[in-house]
Amino acid sequence: MIEQLDLLPAYLTGHLQLTLLALLASAAVSLPLGVAVTRVRWLEPPTLAVAATIQTVPGLALLAVMVPLLAALDLQSIGFLPAIVGLTLYGMFPILRNTVTGIAGVDPALTEAARGVGMTPAQQLLRVELPLALPVIVAGLRTAAVWLVGVATLSTPVGATSLGNYIFSGLQTRNYAAVLTGCIAAAGLALVLDGAIRALETGLGARRRGRTVAGLAVVGGLCAFALVTFAAPLVDGRARPVVIGSKPFTEQYVLSAILAQWIERATDRSTTLVQSLGSQVVFDALDAGDVDLYVDYSGTLWVNQLDRGGRTAPRAELTAAVRRHLDRRHGITVAATLGFENTYALAVRGDDAARLDLRRISDLAAHAPALAIGGDYEFFVRPEWAAIRGAYGLDFAAERTMDPALMYQAAARSNVDVIAAYSSDGRIPAYGLTVLDDDRGVIPPYDALVLAGARVRRRQPDVLAAIARLDGAIDVERMRAMNLAVDETGESPARVASRFVRALLPAGGGA
Amino acid sequence: MIQLDRLTKRYGADAVVHELTLTVAAGELLILLGESGCGKTTTLRMINRLVEPTAGTVRLDGDDTSTIARHELRRRIGYVVQQAGLFPHMTVAENVGVTPSLLGWPAARIRARTDELLELVDLDPAAVRDRRPADLSGGQQQRVGVARALAARPSVMLLDEPFGALDPLTRARLQESLLGIRREVGLTAVFVTHDMVEALMLGDRIAVMHAGRLVQVGTPGELLGSPATEYVRALMSAPRRQAAVVDRLSSESAA
Repeated sequence: MIEQLDLLPAYLTGHLQLTLLALLASAAVSLPLGVAVTRVRWLEPPTLAVAATIQTVPGLALLAVMVPLLAALDLQSIGFLPAIVGLTLYGMFPILRNTVTGIAGVDPALTEAARGVGMTPAQQLLRVELPLALPVIVAGLRTAAVWLVGVATLSTPVGATSLGNYIFSGLQTRNYAAVLTGCIAAAGLALVLDGAIRALETGLGARRRGRTVAGLAVVGGLCAFALVTFAAPLVDGRARPVVIGSKPFTEQYVLSAILAQWIERATDRSTTLVQSLGSQVVFDALDAGDVDLYVDYSGTLWVNQLDRGGRTAPRAELTAAVRRHLDRRHGITVAATLGFENTYALAVRGDDAARLDLRRISDLAAHAPALAIGGDYEFFVRPEWAAIRGAYGLDFAAERTMDPALMYQAAARSNVDVIAAYSSDGRIPAYGLTVLDDDRGVIPPYDALVLAGARVRRRQPDVLAAIARLDGAIDVERMRAMNLAVDETGESPARVASRFVRALLPAGGGA
Repeated sequence: MIQLDRLTKRYGADAVVHELTLTVAAGELLILLGESGCGKTTTLRMINRLVEPTAGTVRLDGDDTSTIARHELRRRIGYVVQQAGLFPHMTVAENVGVTPSLLGWPAARIRARTDELLELVDLDPAAVRDRRPADLSGGQQQRVGVARALAARPSVMLLDEPFGALDPLTRARLQESLLGIRREVGLTAVFVTHDMVEALMLGDRIAVMHAGRLVQVGTPGELLGSPATEYVRALMSAPRRQAAVVDRLSSESAA
């Protein structure tokens, strides 16, 4: 828990920046738009319909869709920008709707009185309509603020630091202290913002100076803090840190931490981690230069980037083909082959394996109709699964999709009989599971490769050289042990990584 | 002085006001009298351009009002409506001082003028100045409405059934106040009402409107003595009939 609290300042700052800057941007767009809509009435239905439609898109999807969208516009597609754009869109509807409702709700007798006493249209808006609509508009701002605090936790997968980092990594590594810390901090932030904006509103409405000042101090102070902490790195002249990405599972957290600590020890560069990115998002980010390094698997790249769906190739040959393709098409360098594979592996309970005499996947075909198989979110739609099913004639009684963190337990407790496990996962031996041999060689090899973006190759040869020293440094037993330390012992990925780095690279050990 | 020349308002084919020509002399209070829908309120609202005329002109102290920016025109004209139309988010003083503040008067002058006007409409400035309109009675609100219309020393005042929503006693007191204010500040005003007694009591002259047209203009005496049409005669006989009923009832109860 204490270890979790160390991360709080960074996560909370990131979360505040996202929430408040998105709220300010939403308000900056929605308030004038809302006013415009009340002046030109035919604009109202289409404008509100568009805003409402944006609102119905699930937050996670809205943020994720910003990544390819911004990449297509040649803008920063990973990190702060996609998150802030998505959140800004998300916050617009309540502010827009309440601005329109508030202004439309002003008694027509009063707008006529405003004209009657000689106000210009602008004076009528500023002196009569907006003050009278203020309570409704502020209610919209409060709704938007609370929503944004919640939705901002979904910024993590597009690469923006937020309290969601606690939640995503906590759920993956089954660290519930982390999940809880993230949730409590987000709830607290939502309450503070809501209360402060409300105090500001009632203070202004009732002309109570104390409340107004208190509300203004909190809201203004938080906004100023968000702006300053956001702007500080922009004017900071120091070189950009090496950005290391990771996908959202334990092994990736450990490996990204290893890369970061390795680079900081072996070179004089600083690093920053962008964690829990989606599989395609992280590759696109590397390609676009928003991420400098991350670990991917040869089989994944073979399927996703080379589009070799059905076929496979021997391990070394496949890695060579991937290396060539990435170099030619994307200018991406394979900086190191870590030395282990993390492939999909069909695993069964040890006692089942003994009882049914299961050693190879071919042995499974006869029993499959009586068995249930579990896999992660994407396994059953991946080409590997189609290839395995076809080659071995497997026809299971049930296919269950589940969170990878729960898969091993599900197998051990007989909720499913076979799982599409990850071969480097320490929970395979820990839960007494047996991996079946891919005797027909259908599953492509999944060698762990450190990928480096084009910019690293051009400008940071020292980083490439440092990473090259990790070539072959991690065998599958070591990786399993490190994964298990996080998943079962509850150690943080950073601590596990630090043990590894210190052992291999004693203090200050440059090249 | 206000001059209306063949003033017309049409909505589609319907003429709500038809070629109305009328002059209100400086210092005169003219009543626009007629039943609901006769076009009297539309006529009034064409004077401060809350309604734009379809044809014809309005001159204010000789200036064609269509050549003056709307908001500037309205700052020269006091406007009082039935429900006072006070701004609920402003104090009484802010409501009264709104037109002077739009005209950019210095704060001290606005404050002095506001207090002066509150006294003129028989309100205690110290007691009501910083209160919200919602804290006042209907009669008090209407007094504030009159004070607001007078604030920027307008050359004319337009009053649209200002006392129509008040109870009879309050209405009578406000009518008295208005007569008092006229004596003090010498007002040029157009006053819309459908109340015959109010018209006879307050008007220097009465303009009777029917179905969008001007039927007769004259002093209360002229209208009572020589009604131009059957409609005017019927209109003028109504208060007499009511008075007769009241007389009979009071003499019966005295007997």
